[in-house]
Amino acid sequence: MSDTSDTSREDVTPRAREAGRMSAPDLRDWFLANVLPLEASLVRFLRRNWRNDSDIPDLLHETYVRVYDSAQRELPDNAKAFAFATAQNLLTDLVRREKVVPIEAASELDALDVALDEPGPDRKIIARDELRRLQLALDNLPPRAREAIVLRQVEGLTRREVAQRMQITERTVKWHLTEGLRALAKALYGDVRGSS
Amino acid sequence: MSDRSAHLGLADSEAISARAAEFIVEQQTGEWSEAEEAALAAWIAESSANRIAYWKLEAAWDRTRRIAALKPSRRGARLAEIGRRVWPVLSRTAAAVALVCAGGAAAFYYLHRPAQEQMYSTTVGGHETLALDDGSRIELNTDTAIRIAMTGKNRKVWLDRGEAYFDIRHDAARPFVVMAGNARVTDLGTKFTVRREEKRLNVSLIEGRAQLENGEAGDNARSAVLKPGDVAVATRDTVAITRKRDQVLKDALGWRRGVLVFEDTELSAAAQEFNRYNRKKVVVADAHTAHLRIGGTFPSTNVDAFADAAEAILGLHVRYRGNDIVISR
Repeated sequence: MSDTSDTSREDVTPRAREAGRMSAPDLRDWFLANVLPLEASLVRFLRRNWRNDSDIPDLLHETYVRVYDSAQRELPDNAKAFAFATAQNLLTDLVRREKVVPIEAASELDALDVALDEPGPDRKIIARDELRRLQLALDNLPPRAREAIVLRQVEGLTRREVAQRMQITERTVKWHLTEGLRALAKALYGDVRGSS
Repeated sequence: MSDRSAHLGLADSEAISARAAEFIVEQQTGEWSEAEEAALAAWIAESSANRIAYWKLEAAWDRTRRIAALKPSRRGARLAEIGRRVWPVLSRTAAAVALVCAGGAAAFYYLHRPAQEQMYSTTVGGHETLALDDGSRIELNTDTAIRIAMTGKNRKVWLDRGEAYFDIRHDAARPFVVMAGNARVTDLGTKFTVRREEKRLNVSLIEGRAQLENGEAGDNARSAVLKPGDVAVATRDTVAITRKRDQVLKDALGWRRGVLVFEDTELSAAAQEFNRYNRKKVVVADAHTAHLRIGGTFPSTNVDAFADAAEAILGLHVRYRGNDIVISR
C-alpha cells in the first residue's frame, strides 16, 4: 500500500505469494486490514463511474467478493491497486454485457489514477478518524437504536437488561441492535460525508 | 436476487448484510446455541458475499466496543472521572483525549436523555412489532413511520407514514390516541388498523370500539364511533364508513403474516399494493390489462411470484425493464 508510484496495469495483477495460500483467518485479517478501509474511496470511484446510485452497495459488495475470491487463489501485492482494478473490471463487464447502458460512454473509467493518488493513511490520523467516525455514526443512529447500542456496549448490559431498561421486548432490542450495527458499519467504513 | 440490482445480476448486498447483522447480534447478545453456530457456518460457506458481509459487520461490532472503554466504574460516575480513567490508555495526543471525552459526554447524554418522543420506522418491505410497556402492541407495516409519546396522563402515537395495526390495552384514565394528519383515532378498548395515504386515511376496526375525529378539533370536527367491521375512509373534508365482511377485513390484515390476499382484485390495484412492499415495481402497461381481475395469496415481498401468476393464469406478457416488471397484453 505504501508503494503507489507504479500504477500500470501489469502491476495490479495478483501474484502468488511464495508461501502459497493463506489460512482462512489470515485471509480475513488481510481483508479487514487492506481492503475494507478502502470502502469510502471505492464508493466514490463507483459513484463517479456509474449512473445509478442505488446500485452502488451491490457493486461495492461484488467488488469485495471478486477481490476476496481472487485473493484466495493468489494474494495481490498491492491490495489498493488491485481493488480499484477489480471495481473497474466489474463496471466494464456490466457495460459489455449490454444489460445496462453506460454513463456517457465509459470515458471516466480511467479516473482510476486519481483514487490511487490519495495519501496513504497515517496511523495517528486513523485513530482520531476512528473516534470521530464512531461519534458521528452514533449521532446519526435512530434514537432507540443508539440507546440500545450504548446500553449494550458502554454499560455492558445483557440483552434482557437492555430490554428491561428500555421497557421493550428482547426481540425489539435485537431489532434495534441489528439496525444500529448496520448503520454503524456503514458510517465506520463508508464515506464520512454521506451514506455509503 | 436483489430488488434493486437484479438487472445487473448482482447479489443483494442489503439483504445479505441484514442477515449477517442478525447473526452477529444473536451471537453477541443472545443465547447462542450449537445449532445456530452450525447455521451461521453453513450460511458463511454458502458464498463469498455472505462471508465478507459477516466479516465486515463483525469488525464493526468489535470497533464499537471502543466506546466501552468509557464505561464508568459505577453508574452515575462523573465525566471527569471517566476522563482520568481513560487518560493513560489514550494520552498519545491531546486531540484524541479530547475526542474521547466528547464521546463520553455524548454517551452519557444518550443514557440520561429524557424519554419523550420515540420514533420507529420500517423500510419498504419491512414489518415490525413494538410491545409497549402498557401491554399494548403496535405492528408496523411496510414503509411506515410512527412517533410514540407516553406520559402518565395519556398515550399518543403519530402515524407519520404508512400503516399500523394497533392492539391497545384500554385504560380510561390514560387515553390512547393515534394522530394521522388531521384525523385522530381514540381507543375505547380496541384492535384496529390505520393506514395513511397521500390524500386519505383508512381506519379498519377489528375489535372493540374507537372514536374517529376528522378535521381540526372544535367547530368542523366530524366524529364517529367505529364498531367491529367498520372501515372508515377519511379525506380532508369527508368521512365515509362502510361495513365489511369479516373475511375481507382478515384478508386486509394479511400483511401481518407477510402475505397479500386478493379476491377478484383489479390487476392495477394488486400491482399498486405490491409496490408498497417492494423496490422492484410492477407496471401495468395498458388499460385492458389494468382491469383484469386476479385472486390469490402471495408473499408480499415476492413480486416475481405475482408476475409469474399473471403470466400463467391471465396469459399476459411479463418483461423486466430496469427495476420494473412490466405486465402487458
